[in-house]
Amino acid sequence: MEIKVTPELVAQHGLTPEEYERIKEILGREPNFTELGIFSVMWSEHCSYKSSLPWLKSLPREGENLLAKAGEENAGAVEIGDGWVVVFKMESHNHPSAVEPYQGAATGVGGIMRDIFAMGARPIASLNSLRFGNLESPQTRYLFDGVVRGIADYGNCFGVPNVGGEVYFEDTYQENPLVNVMALGVAKRGYLASALAKGPGNPVFIVGSSTGRDGIHGATFASEELNEKSQARRPSVQIGDPFMEKLLLEACLEAIRGGHIVGIQDMGAAGITCSTSEMAAKGGCGMKIDLDKVPRREEGMIPYELMLSESQERMLLVVERGYEEEVKAIFKKWELNCEVIGQVVEEGWLKVREGGEVVASIPPHSLVVGEGAPVYKRKEKKPKYLDRVGKRLKGRFPPPADFNQALLKLLSSPTISSKEWVYRQYDTMVRTNTLLPPGSDAAVIRIKKLNKGLALTADGNGRYCYLDPRMGGRIAVAEAARNLICSGAKPLAVTDCLNFGNPEDPEVFWTFARCVEGIGEACRAMQTPVTGGNVSFYNQSPQGSVYPTPVIGMVGLIDDLDKVTTQWFKEKGDLILLLGENRGELGGSEYLRVIYGMVGGGCPVLDLDYELRVQALCRWGIAQGLVKSAHDLSEGGLAIALAEACLASPEGRVGAWVDSLDGPDEVSSLFGESQSRIIVTVEDEGWKRLKEKGDNSGVKVRVIGKVGGDKLKIGNLVDLDLGRLEDEYRFSLVRIMEGRS
Amino acid sequence: MKKFKAKIHITLKPGVFDPQGKVILSALKTLGHKGAKGVRTGKYFEIELEAEDKSSAKQEVEQICHDLLANPVIEDYSHRVSEV
Repeated sequence: MEIKVTPELVAQHGLTPEEYERIKEILGREPNFTELGIFSVMWSEHCSYKSSLPWLKSLPREGENLLAKAGEENAGAVEIGDGWVVVFKMESHNHPSAVEPYQGAATGVGGIMRDIFAMGARPIASLNSLRFGNLESPQTRYLFDGVVRGIADYGNCFGVPNVGGEVYFEDTYQENPLVNVMALGVAKRGYLASALAKGPGNPVFIVGSSTGRDGIHGATFASEELNEKSQARRPSVQIGDPFMEKLLLEACLEAIRGGHIVGIQDMGAAGITCSTSEMAAKGGCGMKIDLDKVPRREEGMIPYELMLSESQERMLLVVERGYEEEVKAIFKKWELNCEVIGQVVEEGWLKVREGGEVVASIPPHSLVVGEGAPVYKRKEKKPKYLDRVGKRLKGRFPPPADFNQALLKLLSSPTISSKEWVYRQYDTMVRTNTLLPPGSDAAVIRIKKLNKGLALTADGNGRYCYLDPRMGGRIAVAEAARNLICSGAKPLAVTDCLNFGNPEDPEVFWTFARCVEGIGEACRAMQTPVTGGNVSFYNQSPQGSVYPTPVIGMVGLIDDLDKVTTQWFKEKGDLILLLGENRGELGGSEYLRVIYGMVGGGCPVLDLDYELRVQALCRWGIAQGLVKSAHDLSEGGLAIALAEACLASPEGRVGAWVDSLDGPDEVSSLFGESQSRIIVTVEDEGWKRLKEKGDNSGVKVRVIGKVGGDKLKIGNLVDLDLGRLEDEYRFSLVRIMEGRS
Repeated sequence: MKKFKAKIHITLKPGVFDPQGKVILSALKTLGHKGAKGVRTGKYFEIELEAEDKSSAKQEVEQICHDLLANPVIEDYSHRVSEV
């Protein structure tokens, strides 16, 4: 019984009449229902990058140690010495998490892990970057709790440490939370695998889980606005099985090491459709697929469902002919399905059969991003709201009634307060290579065999991007790099996750384009190429778009493990130095939002050249062994950075006395978020060398205070017991989430 | 007020993947239960409550199932309420 393709059905599949005409042109006939489904997912925004591709191409994608360029493989790959390669990528799972937070987030972790081990790399760490609405709302607490548990359970069962990330809470994400997950793996260069099909006659395998009706049309779902209709779409939720994924990981790595895997690709969005067409297109060949061979979990599945199912924990493999039994033996050992479902063929068609009949016949290149999939140059228009909030605040700011109270209030704001409630649910130490777990500027993982370390961070302030998209994009990159520098690493490369509203809205697209420009500028300046990532559009609710939110995942290399540096103060008597300059900026700050409920006044200005000099100075100080702690200034400014440095040490808190402020007024000195600033501590005479070096490179270096005591004192404005600070900082989130007072 | 007892079953919606059920099935096969063909897991609750009459008790149980016990995104529920 064939379902008839009508204009209504075409529209329901999210295809425009023009796109439908193009499909007819490609096929030379009308598509059938299965083919319509295939085109629909492959040409969806999620798979085709049809709006973002022209802009993504403007990002710097070249670098000396880059082995896989953006978009070419399952993930980016960078060589780190002695033949070792680090593989990493970040992806969003926003829409699934909005509908079913636990499973949505869990399968997000599963998907990004598969991208890593499909490259032949063993995953060794993951991070996440999360955005939610106001925690006072029970709905937000439900989403936050579910997402964190989902990430924790999947990662903990799978056995990869979750080492860091960030969480922001802003009203704009109320109905559309952002869940971005990043994973990183390592491989020996010779064992890297590729996502391509070649060699006519080579068998095509499906391995891992059986195929059910999960997530059918998940990809088109991610490309539509969330509205009342998405409630009805609920049963398409995928359920993850981390233990199955662990088996799949070991089996895939063993098969790849065996040397007879031609190509391998994860089945994520659009399942069999996406993996077969992308691998075939990449190898410049075709594929014939027999759906009768696909192991199924449910009866009565039609070709449409089999082709589009997003059942988790599956991979597509192309194996060298003659080694079928060898590969089957490996997967049998791990108790996984391993079935030949087709063959690579010379002629460039993807031919799918069921019950002997051809149910779909499409040239694979016509489906994939960068080739046959449509690309649109979207209209741009500078948003009106910027007239209201984009203008930079100038002048002196009136002080709050009480600086102590203002600081305590900021410390307890969920965006700033300690995320211990989150990361204590994560296994951060599994595999026993975590040198720096969550709680410092960046996480650090040891590469045992190399005696080197990798520093990882994920950063992106959506509010800055809302107020000034281009500057916000720059700041996201600069802050990520600064976090790595403060941990003792040299930034290597970037993966990004770009979360925006509807790209067909010219005002939204303008913010997207400006953010990408800003990211590009900063990545060029920092010499950190973009190795890949993900774009998530249609993040909006009936109330409007979320803030433009690019998240930058950055990886840095630490050659000397003795140089790993942490953010917290170390010893009584150490001098506190401030590198960089306060420009008296308060616009876009957490202070304005928390104390005045105000989002506006532009965002801080980032001077890339100055940023680089500040970073170079900090890196030099660490390399010289002068710097005992380093912490970058971000949300909440100097006062919050000082409080964190007092409280964050696992060995116990230590006080500080700061008596020198440098801003044009007290408020911006304490809470302004001027960029390119780092506080470091040094022993006695160390400050002279840093100061001299700073003078030579044009970076302002000042001694602002001393470590010691059991209070945080800032001039005559702040005088607070550490116990009081710690109570607000460490336990505010726990109190909200666990209802304790 | 009368006393009621509600017996509630929560099951995964048809088509929703059940990893736990899958593991139980493979354990059954390992134990020699060759005839086992499928396993779906679920939860069972008994709740005692007081209410004016049976229909308001049912209404309350319905609410409890929807708001707390079941995840309506992926689970179905059914209940039987009887007077004790």
